[in-house]
Amino acid sequence: MATVRLSFSPAPVHVRTARLVGVAVARRAGVAEELLDEVRLAIGEACTRAVALHNQYGIPDLVMVEMSDSDSYTVRVIDRAPIEASIGLTKLPPDELADESLTDEALTTGVGFALLAGFVDDLQVRPVDEGAGTEVRMVWPVHRR
Amino acid sequence: MELSLTTRTVGEHTVLDVGGEVDVYTAPRLRERLVELVDGGARHVVVDLARVDFLDSTGLGVLVGALKRLRAASGSFGLVCAKEPLLKIFRITALDQVFPIYPSVEAATSTSSGDRDDNPPAA
Repeated sequence: MATVRLSFSPAPVHVRTARLVGVAVARRAGVAEELLDEVRLAIGEACTRAVALHNQYGIPDLVMVEMSDSDSYTVRVIDRAPIEASIGLTKLPPDELADESLTDEALTTGVGFALLAGFVDDLQVRPVDEGAGTEVRMVWPVHRR
Repeated sequence: MELSLTTRTVGEHTVLDVGGEVDVYTAPRLRERLVELVDGGARHVVVDLARVDFLDSTGLGVLVGALKRLRAASGSFGLVCAKEPLLKIFRITALDQVFPIYPSVEAATSTSSGDRDDNPPAA
């Protein structure tokens, strides 16, 4: 089993780096080539969400991404925002998506969650064990060569 | 790959060619350009996503914002997208039911501008 851990300041510019690293480790771990686009998108969405929460709450702490391969490829994205921020993560129905009253932030959050839920079969969002924060845990199958 | 934005005119349509990665870092530039176009008087805008390698929820939010802005100005807004990975993103988020999505710029710009509620071929 191998583990790669990446921490970054909560700035949008670093989300791309996290995506690139996440896909590189996924490929190395043996995740099927046709799943890599979905891995890239899901890691990006989870990190974007974490960065947005840190900025919203003025939290300078690093966002943590941990990738590990054992029987599967597991990615954990951990933020340090108050736990209540995770409540309300729901998929928006189509007729609400272009609703004039929906704010850009609410739309992006809803769409981001729809993408996570749509692209990751094994997805968990749960409080971290210690202190404030949420862990988004995503698992993909690997094929050993 | 960095975001690239190029504007051209096709008939009464303003076509914005987008290339590279549209994500939380680059999406504000796309938003600025779209706002500039509408503020500058463009009323029938087509965004061509043919050269987009990556599109996330932030980018989708910007596109919805442009759609709303043009609706409010009695204009039209359409997308050109024929790449299956991107089309899947629109399906999963149900945004394929919100945007007119065309397979080519020709298809998007040959539609009458007032026909935004028609069912486009690729959606």
